[in-house]
Amino acid sequence: MSGYNFAYLDEQTKRMIRRALLKAVAIPGYQVPFASREMPMPYGWGTGGVQVTAACLVPEDTLKVIDQGADDTTNAVSIRAFFARVADIATTEHTRDASVIQTRHRIPEAPLREDQILVFQVPIPEPLRFLEPRETETRKMHALEEYGLMHVRLYEDIARHGEIAKSYAYPVRVEGRYVMDPSPIPKFDNPKLDDCPALQLFGAGREQRIYALPPYTRVESLDFEDYPFKASRPDHPCALCGARDSYLDEVVIDDAGGRMFVCSDTDYCNDRRAAGHRGEMAAPFEEMPE
Amino acid sequence: MSAPLLEVDGLRKHYGRRIGCAEVSFTLWPGEVMGIVGESGSGKSTLLSCLAGHLASDGGQILYRDRSGHAHAVANLSEAGRRRLAREEWAYVHQNPRDGLRMGVSAGGNVGEPLMARGQRHFGDIRAAALDWLERVEIAQDRIDDVPRDFSGGMQQRLQIARSLVNGPRLVFMDEPTGGLDVSVQARLLDLLRGLVRDLGLSAVIVTHDLAVVRLLADRLMVMQGGYVVESGLTDQVLDDPQHAYTQLLVSSVLQV
Repeated sequence: MSGYNFAYLDEQTKRMIRRALLKAVAIPGYQVPFASREMPMPYGWGTGGVQVTAACLVPEDTLKVIDQGADDTTNAVSIRAFFARVADIATTEHTRDASVIQTRHRIPEAPLREDQILVFQVPIPEPLRFLEPRETETRKMHALEEYGLMHVRLYEDIARHGEIAKSYAYPVRVEGRYVMDPSPIPKFDNPKLDDCPALQLFGAGREQRIYALPPYTRVESLDFEDYPFKASRPDHPCALCGARDSYLDEVVIDDAGGRMFVCSDTDYCNDRRAAGHRGEMAAPFEEMPE
Repeated sequence: MSAPLLEVDGLRKHYGRRIGCAEVSFTLWPGEVMGIVGESGSGKSTLLSCLAGHLASDGGQILYRDRSGHAHAVANLSEAGRRRLAREEWAYVHQNPRDGLRMGVSAGGNVGEPLMARGQRHFGDIRAAALDWLERVEIAQDRIDDVPRDFSGGMQQRLQIARSLVNGPRLVFMDEPTGGLDVSVQARLLDLLRGLVRDLGLSAVIVTHDLAVVRLLADRLMVMQGGYVVESGLTDQVLDDPQHAYTQLLVSSVLQV
């Protein structure tokens, strides 16, 4: 196992993180401070998620890592390779085969199960950060449930744009108590947070915070009575697999305004194409992986 | 007659060995406006901060009676209790509107925030209330989506007043509400404040060094010097027939034009 302790971190550190995780699970949506360690990657690349994953992994686990939904981007590939090397565990690109899924900015399209753990990489855990810069004050606001300010942000959106224009990191209320930043997932994914059978853990390395949603937690997106929350997606089918129910990436393909919309969840898209679905820009013949 | 709104007894605040304010006692009745005047450093802002619970006092008692008639000792309130009073029963108008407004949030958002803090979740209603209050403080309704940063000083102060009053407070603390404004703007602001205070039947404690302000707004007056109240009484009585040497000096120092 290449001279590292299992899953890179030493046992005392993993124990410290697990204690924070237990507390986070006990108080859904509450940000638990933890002594974040220096990891062999820059802040912003998922140091928080990696530490949470390391603390959760057991040798029997199968790990999947996605970045913006994709299994094949630099961040996903390198974190997957990292754990394959320092924990000697099995890895996969299939959502259904994974027991631990570390993710940046997406929730997989395939429904999650009770025996799965979803680990989010979080850049900024504090939903009130850009409204109230003082950390001492935001902690008080959480403690006293003073969340009027959160709605001021939504009010400003409607006043300026005629609708709630915030499309990612859309604030949610957990079990009617804590307001939580669901990490920058698109608001399309917000409904998936609610009543999810899998355990959802959030790790912010630079900010040294961990929070969690236990399975089947009630998660509501904040909104106004006359401007209810809407999960939005681009109004196109996937150009490769034709899916109309998945979240899409817009890809610019030339310098003449050409663009295509493709599933951001590569595993979902691959599965559909393997099952014979074809979008309008799909290759006429394609050899699918595996 | 109903019970007094605010009862202050022997209030004391020290900064180390220096006296912030001492031996302050008074009673404020519903619908009454109390003015506090004095020179810089006389303890009037310290007193106001103690009353509003921003500063912990060193002795004495402050009793506030809320809407339901329940009396709270402000000094013993928990943070949550104090914030609840500040949100639902009180309003605080700062001398500098920057301290009371969110400069990066639109005028409508500023006025709407206290409503949202109390759980209003209907955008249309919040906006209608904001428009109504902008009109009452004489800000053009088409400025509702502009940020206070783009407002003049007088407009910012009027916006702050709208934000403080939108929740229908029972007691308003004002710290030099007309400070830093030129005289013509001051006069209009005073006019506006007087109208609002009378229309809404507000109780208020106003701290100022400007005798004209208390003459117009306050029913009763306390004159402070060196942390002590040296004279108090009905405003007109104190200003027309000052007894204490310091009050006499204060009244005679007003510039006549």
